[in-house]
Amino acid sequence: MAEFRMPLLGADMEAGTLVEWKVKPGDRVKRGDLVAVVDTDKGAIDIEIWEDGTIASVLVEPGTKVPIGTVLALVTSAGEAVTPPAEAEALATRPTPAQPAATPRRAAPAPPAGRARASPAARARARELGVDVSAVRGTGPDGAVTRADVDAAAAQARPTSMRQAIGAAMARSKREIPHYYLAADVDVSRALAWLAAENERRPLAQRLLPVVLLLRAVARATREVPEMNGLFVDGAFRPGEAVHLGVAISLRQGGLVAPALHDVDRKPLGELMRELGDLVTRARSGGLRSSELADATLTVTSLGDLGVQSVFGIIYPPQVALVGFGRIEERPWVVEGRVEVRPVVTATLAGDHRVSDGIRGAQFLAAVDRQLQAPEAP
Amino acid sequence: MTRDEIREVVLSILAGIAPEIDAEEIRPGADLRDELDIDSMDFLRFLERVEERLGVTVPEKDYPRVRSLASCVAYLEERGAAERAT
Repeated sequence: MAEFRMPLLGADMEAGTLVEWKVKPGDRVKRGDLVAVVDTDKGAIDIEIWEDGTIASVLVEPGTKVPIGTVLALVTSAGEAVTPPAEAEALATRPTPAQPAATPRRAAPAPPAGRARASPAARARARELGVDVSAVRGTGPDGAVTRADVDAAAAQARPTSMRQAIGAAMARSKREIPHYYLAADVDVSRALAWLAAENERRPLAQRLLPVVLLLRAVARATREVPEMNGLFVDGAFRPGEAVHLGVAISLRQGGLVAPALHDVDRKPLGELMRELGDLVTRARSGGLRSSELADATLTVTSLGDLGVQSVFGIIYPPQVALVGFGRIEERPWVVEGRVEVRPVVTATLAGDHRVSDGIRGAQFLAAVDRQLQAPEAP
Repeated sequence: MTRDEIREVVLSILAGIAPEIDAEEIRPGADLRDELDIDSMDFLRFLERVEERLGVTVPEKDYPRVRSLASCVAYLEERGAAERAT
């Protein structure tokens, strides 16, 4: 009899609220099936099971908040006799039900059509103040949200649970992880020229964005400097068995999530692009999976779309490094004694001194650079 | 299609990407990415929907010509945009 427990979906998570069961006793399940929805500080997450078998009983009712590790259901393994639900229930300690669940929240609900409208100026103000514009009551024409509405909402606002969760994780990181920071400018003219030629022959729906080249370069650079990829757990570094990159995705109403893109070093660019598009869509509209929130072994953040030149990030514990990319922009670049205009991106690394030193970090950024000089590599 | 009809289709596509936006507030000459707070992935989706709805495939070299609402509508008119059933 296997136990299906409330998973840990981030370093900052202590408990989750079971929102919905997608299975019932007697249902057969296989590894990777979505069996429940859990509400966390990151929104509602689809939870996968990692056992093949049959659901013997469910032990936690929807609406109950339980600590991580709490047994949520019992699963009879394939070939094992199915235990009657009553008996199975007696095998597990029932958690104490907490307060009724808050309204389930998807990770980043896209505002439906018809929701309060907002002018660009009001949205810019909301972004500046960290206000969820979709939650602001508008007093403008047809209920449109004005800049004054945003200011008024900000004055009354309390930190959202997501903001509190981000704050807690980052504070822990800064307390526990001795960060070091490095930056390197990378000439991406070869990469962009290759990308332009590649996109020329691709249908529009299959075009690649530069970010997938950046992600693959980071993932493959960890083959040369593996101490950037893994987790620091129980006082020791555990190298990642695969390269699952956490991709920082900003949400339209503020905040961010960094779900994992799996096996980035091994996948063709077209597949990575499809998966990244799917991940961004689900991060913003709901439907992230538990494995995507728990699996990242190294996080990448790219703020290039917002025009910043470089980003010095805070490592997401228990990971041991974070890579940042700024905007790809044309800059003067010296080539064989001559100044040329080249597209350049600044790559940065936040490293964990408990695991690596600056020299390894420098070698890692050099490896990222080398990877970007060979975009045609299969 | 007339320029106004193209504009309506473009605005409806943008509303699907950034539904909280008030279409009337979009400044015609402003960069759509800044105006709507959309990133490069959203912009690619926008171009996919333009292709589906208006039958115009925008090559990468023409991206600068579709950066604002006004220039985008003018470009699509020039390229002979026609409404499709989708």
